[in-house]
Amino acid sequence: MSTRDLFTFRNGHFKIGVGITAVMLVVTAIAGFIVLPFAQPWVQFANVWDAICSAAGVPRRAASVTAPEQSKRLSDVVLTSHTLSRPSQEAIGRGATLAQRCAICHGPTGISRADSPNLAGQYAAVIYKELHDFRSGARTNAVMSPFAVNLTDQEIADLSNYYAYLPRLPAYHPTPLLPKPNIVIYGAPIRGIAPCGACHGSLDNKTGSPWLEGQSEAYMKAQLQAFASGERRNDISQQMRNIARAMTPQEIEQAAAYYASQPPDVVKAVD
Amino acid sequence: MLANRKLILAHFWFAFAVFGVALTLGAWQMFIRSPIGTWLSNPELYYRSLTAHGTVMGYVFPTLVAMGFGYAISESALEQRLVGVRWAWAGFWLIVAGSIMAVIPIALGRASVLYTFYPPLIGNVFYYLGVVLVVVGSWVWVALMAVNLRVWRKAHPGAPVPLAMFANVAGSYLWAWTAVGAALELLLQIIPVAAGLKATIDAGLARVFFSWTLHAIVYFWLMPTYIAYYAIVPRAIGGRVYSDTMARISFILFLVVAMPIGMHHTFADPQVGAGFKFIHSAFTALVALPTLLTVFTICASVEIAARLRGGRGLFGWIRALPWDNPMMLALAFSFVMLGFGGAGGLINMSYQLDASIHNTQWITGHFHLIFGGAIVIMYFAIAYDLWPHLTGRELTDLRLIRTQLWLWFVGMIVTTFPWHWVGILGMPRRMAYFDFGDPAIAPQALSVTFSAIGGFILLTSGIIFLVILARGMRAPQADAGPYRFALAVHQPATVPVALNTHALWVALMIALTITNYGYPILTLALTEGTSVPAVYVGAQ
Ligand code: HEM
Ligand SMILES: [Cu+2]
Repeated sequence: MSTRDLFTFRNGHFKIGVGITAVMLVVTAIAGFIVLPFAQPWVQFANVWDAICSAAGVPRRAASVTAPEQSKRLSDVVLTSHTLSRPSQEAIGRGATLAQRCAICHGPTGISRADSPNLAGQYAAVIYKELHDFRSGARTNAVMSPFAVNLTDQEIADLSNYYAYLPRLPAYHPTPLLPKPNIVIYGAPIRGIAPCGACHGSLDNKTGSPWLEGQSEAYMKAQLQAFASGERRNDISQQMRNIARAMTPQEIEQAAAYYASQPPDVVKAVD
Repeated sequence: MLANRKLILAHFWFAFAVFGVALTLGAWQMFIRSPIGTWLSNPELYYRSLTAHGTVMGYVFPTLVAMGFGYAISESALEQRLVGVRWAWAGFWLIVAGSIMAVIPIALGRASVLYTFYPPLIGNVFYYLGVVLVVVGSWVWVALMAVNLRVWRKAHPGAPVPLAMFANVAGSYLWAWTAVGAALELLLQIIPVAAGLKATIDAGLARVFFSWTLHAIVYFWLMPTYIAYYAIVPRAIGGRVYSDTMARISFILFLVVAMPIGMHHTFADPQVGAGFKFIHSAFTALVALPTLLTVFTICASVEIAARLRGGRGLFGWIRALPWDNPMMLALAFSFVMLGFGGAGGLINMSYQLDASIHNTQWITGHFHLIFGGAIVIMYFAIAYDLWPHLTGRELTDLRLIRTQLWLWFVGMIVTTFPWHWVGILGMPRRMAYFDFGDPAIAPQALSVTFSAIGGFILLTSGIIFLVILARGMRAPQADAGPYRFALAVHQPATVPVALNTHALWVALMIALTITNYGYPILTLALTEGTSVPAVYVGAQ
């Protein structure tokens, strides 16, 4: 016998095999696409076709939901892992010129001598986002906001590329290395706190999260407190607010002191 | 006769060597996230280990066992020298190369994406290319199995294909087709993003492609085990296969219904319509059928052996079984684990009940019980059975073999029962750290500790297994005679063409894939705006 004798309804096995399969398919399709949709009293279908489309998962526009009014401005920056990922030499050069205005607080090499953040070697996407937020008012600061309002999109991108390009240097006021506190190592799973490194880590950096090593302790502590109190609210989807709110005051202090004591992350510097 | 022993041994040794490494990683994972381990403070290391463990245990190890066993079956069941030996070696080396290529980025922390890939998470492109090489290498084997059967048919027109080979080829076709899903996901979606050609990925579509692979792959893992049930165990314990036809029907059913049911892995996914989920769920229920047939046929075959040995009574025959025979022991353990695992599977396949255990440790408990337990213990049995024929030396230490099987069985129960339990309590899977000091989960600490102890029992058993095989390479030489498979009570003289060829069932498998997957894949692929930005592991 050959396959020609197999693929014909004269062959009993063919008839039974194909028949049972087809019946199964039809029965389950009727159940899944017609009977079960209508068995849900809490869903209304206009007709059978409507039910079938719904069960098949035909894409439809969701009824438009108006977002609740926000009393304060939120960040409207969109970041992807490719934001500003391939800067040109000219962009960096333009950024260097613009950055002269910033040097008074953030230091001529991008390392602050006061308690302003260090910017040298910070991710471009981070600086880009913060400048946009300062400009739009999603983040406010008496000193920074006036600088940011007059920046163009191009200038923000150039500045970000320039600072990202600078080498990472040790902090201006080095402190002895501190051991990692638990909140940094483990987070606190039960309180919904991931380990800091899950976003701010060297291999595991999530787009838009800054690296923190060597930043000023006072600055980081102030930011965590501002997130916790809701005074600062430009973090997308409340990512940092949710964490800071769940941290204890001691944990905030420990985390800030720990990161301030760390040298710049060399893994990243060579990437 | 086994002419290409080196080829088969190479497959087995590479399989068991990587198994040993992955097993050690598994035990370490168990320990490090349990209350008895001190946390290593870097979750990233855990996910590296988990990716390596899953990739090896899911893709490399079972594939190589199926391939090596497949070549052995082809040579011994067909009594025909393997055709295409060079190709077989090429396939083997592709797998070796692919495994190495995949493991390097994992070890460097550049591909901690877990073996299910998890798009939009994207790792180093070489990880995925390595997996692709492994799959391509296994496709060489699929082709060779088909070719060898064809050559044999030409020489034996109309003769019944020996059961072991019939099943082996069915398994290879199932694998060829089910691997297509993951291959599409890798080639069309993930690799272009990992190579930097695209920056967004349709994660929902990727998950649907993966589900295409994910269910039937477990039946591919299962095939060597089922072949061993039918073709090795009855012979090894002095019985006969109760029904050759029933066996063929089981393998055919696997071919048809293992494929169109993968969406039971996407019950919680919003991008798939509920109607399709229902169809997949209903067909999933059907897949229990070949397993039930198998359990029945094998129990009957075992009873035949017992009665031939003078066993009597309704259940009294059970005592007459050769319990000191490792094959008997392995079968019994395998069935017990299959029974418990199968019962758990009923929960997973139900749309509603699944919601309560979705993404919890229950899932890992479940697949370790079935896969690591019921299936892998028969891989051990296959290795023990084949070893004398591959090495030309005897495996003499039956006591040690029995100890090894007992330890694997006990270890697997001690590991997986508490693992299921904490899953029901809501413990999520794929977490690197649990704070058992917190009152909310402190009561689970005891169960997790037991699990971890079970993990070390398994590790011990795995080490003994490797020691037995290694010692078997140096034992005194002894001629084991030709390698044979079990005969049926009524050894068939002719078999209807439908049960002697695979074409009809392969056609039904493809047809059902199209009906059950066609629409969801097409709509997802054609709908605009469903892609999300990729998230690169270790990128800024
Ligand atoms: C033949 C034996 C085994 C096989 C085939 C196997 C397979 C797998 C697979 C496929 C995964 C999924 C990886 C993932 O979720 O990405 C996994 C996870 C895991 N395995 Fe195994 N495994 C085996 C033995 C073991 C043993 C003996 C242990 C413990 C001693 C173990 C511990 C683990 C752990 C802790 C996980 C992670 C679970 C989670 O966090 O979700 N495995 N295994
Ligand atoms: Cu499945």
